[in-house]
Amino acid sequence: MHSLDRIASRAALMIGAAMICAAVPAFSAEAPRFGAAIAPGDLSSWDISIGPDGAGLPPGRGTPAQGEAVYVAKCQACHGEKGAGRPNDVLVGGFGTIASDRPAVKTVGSYWPYATTLFDYIRRAMPFNESKSLTGDEVYAVSAYILQLNGVIGADDALDAQSLPKVKMPNRDGFTPFPR
Amino acid sequence: MRKHGDSKEWQSERAAANGILNRRVFLEGAFVAAAAGTGSTAAGAEPLPVQGWMKQPGAGFSAYGQPSRFESKVARTIAPPANPATQGIGTARTPLQLLTGMITPNGLHFDRSHSGTPDIDPDQHRLLIHGLVKRPLTFTLDALARYPMESRISFIECAGNSGALSTAQAQPGNAQAIHGLLSCAEWTGVRLATLLDEAGVEPSAKWVVAEGADSAAMSRSVPLAKCMDDALVCLYQNGERVRPSNGYPIRLLLPGFEGNMNVKWLRRLKLTDAPVMAKDETSKYTVLLPDGKAWQFVFPMEVKSIITHPSPGLTLRGAGFYEIAGLAWSGQGRIRQVEVSADGGSSWAPAALQEPVLPKALTRFRAPWQWNGGPAILQSRATDDTGRMQPTRAQFVAERGLRGQYHYNAISTWRIDEKGEASNAFA
Repeated sequence: MHSLDRIASRAALMIGAAMICAAVPAFSAEAPRFGAAIAPGDLSSWDISIGPDGAGLPPGRGTPAQGEAVYVAKCQACHGEKGAGRPNDVLVGGFGTIASDRPAVKTVGSYWPYATTLFDYIRRAMPFNESKSLTGDEVYAVSAYILQLNGVIGADDALDAQSLPKVKMPNRDGFTPFPR
Repeated sequence: MRKHGDSKEWQSERAAANGILNRRVFLEGAFVAAAAGTGSTAAGAEPLPVQGWMKQPGAGFSAYGQPSRFESKVARTIAPPANPATQGIGTARTPLQLLTGMITPNGLHFDRSHSGTPDIDPDQHRLLIHGLVKRPLTFTLDALARYPMESRISFIECAGNSGALSTAQAQPGNAQAIHGLLSCAEWTGVRLATLLDEAGVEPSAKWVVAEGADSAAMSRSVPLAKCMDDALVCLYQNGERVRPSNGYPIRLLLPGFEGNMNVKWLRRLKLTDAPVMAKDETSKYTVLLPDGKAWQFVFPMEVKSIITHPSPGLTLRGAGFYEIAGLAWSGQGRIRQVEVSADGGSSWAPAALQEPVLPKALTRFRAPWQWNGGPAILQSRATDDTGRMQPTRAQFVAERGLRGQYHYNAISTWRIDEKGEASNAFA
C-alpha cells in the first residue's frame, strides 16, 4: 500500500511536471550556488587588509623607542642594525638614489609611497619565521621605529590608527600608471 | 662535417642572411630533395648490437611515473638563499633549453615564492569572498569542485623574468638562468566571475584584493574588470591537482598578467573601491624609470620571444642543418608572427608557428637554419595580434632605461662562435 501510494504520488508529480513543461517554453536550470554565507563578525580574523586611507587598522599604539626594542629582538638579525640591511632587505636610507644615474636603493624611506603598507606587511608577514605573532602595539611601534630611522617621523611621534595614515611618505608622488 | 650550404636547392630557400632558410622547407619537404645524394656512406659502420634490455624483462609498474634516469639533468635550478635563516624566498627556474612543445611539465613549472610553500590541508582550506558584496561567502574545495569547470592553456611569467638582461654589459647565463621564470600549463578551474556573481558585487566595487594562505599572506590588488573577464580559480594543472609550489589547493589565474598577481594558495578575495597598495604593488613590481618616477600597476606581460635551441649549453656539432626553435608569447593576445635573424637583426625571416597558437599561451616557433660554421648572432622577435612588436634592446632602453627591474621584453640575443657554442650577448 505504502509503495503504491508513492508510485501514485510520483505519477501525479510527473503529470504535473509535464504540464509545467508544456506551459514553460524553456527549461531553466538553477545556477550553481555552493558558497556558504558567513557573517561579517565571523570573518574578521581573516580580514587583515589595510587601505592607504587607514581602513582596517587595528587598535594599538607605539613609539619609535618602543619599536627599537622589538626591532633589536626580532628584526635586526635579518635587516641589520638600524635597518641597514643584509642579509635581507635594507629598510633605511637610499635617499637621492631613486631619481639618479646611480643604482636605486629602494627602502621604506626612499621608495615606499604609503606608511600603511609598512604596517600591513609587518603585521601579515613578519617576523619571517613567526609571522602574525606581533601584537598591534608592537606593529605600530616597529613601524614607528623604521619611519623614524628614515627621518619620516620624529622620535616622539607615536603611531596609531589615526596618525599612521597621515604620515606623508617622501616618495608618495613617485608613481605613475602604466601607459598601456 | 657535411656542408649543404652550397647546393642550389638550399640557396633557393634562403630567406635571410647567414643561413636562415625559408620556413617552407618544413611544409614542402624541400630539404629532403636538397639533402639527397649528400648523405654519408655506410662504410665503417659498426654492426648493430642487441642491447641487454632487449633480452630480459624490464621494471614493473610505478604508481606515479618519473622521467628516465638518463634525464636527471632536466631539472629546475634553485638559487641559494641570500640568508639561510629565511628559507623559501627565491626561485626555481624552468629548464627551457631542455624542453620543447608549449606545455611545461608540472614538476618543472617555475616557482617564485616569498615565504616558502605552505603544506595546506585541502579539507581545512577555505576561499573567502567579502568586502563590497551583497553576501560574503566561503567555499570549501568540495564546493568549488561542483561548479562548471573551464580549461585554459596559459603562460605564467614572473615580472622579474629576464631581469638579468638589465645590466650594461651582457653577463653569462643560459636560457634557464635568464628566462626560466616562464612556464605554460593547462589550468582548469571555476570562472571567478561565477563566484563573484554568486556573492553579488556591489556597484561601488572596482578592485579585488587577492590574498594567499602562505606565511606572508602575499596579496595583490586586481582590477574587477579582469576578474570578471577571464580569471580562473584553478584546482587543476595539466590535469592533476595544482602542485604545492604552484598554489595547491587553489590558485588564481589571471591570463597574461604578471606572475605575482596569479596569487597561489588563494584564500581570500576582498572587493574594494580602490587598490590596497600592498607591498608587492608598491615597493616591488613597479618599474622605475630614468627620471625617478615608477610605473605602477603594470599588469600585462608584453609581447616577447626567446630562442631555446640553440642556446648556451647546447653546442652545435659542426656546420650544417639546424632547427632554430623557441617560444613566443603575449599577455595581450595571440602571437601573429615570429621572425628570426642570424645576423644580429640586419635581416629577418618568418618562422613557422606550431599549432595551436592560443592567446596568452606560449607558442612554439621553428625556423630552418644552415649554419656555415662561422660566427652568427641569433635573435627572434615576436608580433602579437594587437600589432605590438617586441622592441629591440635599443628601443626598450630608449623608452624606460635599464632601471626598471621588471617586465623586460626586449629582443634577446645568442652569439654563436666558430666552435658552435652559444652565449648571451647584447646586439
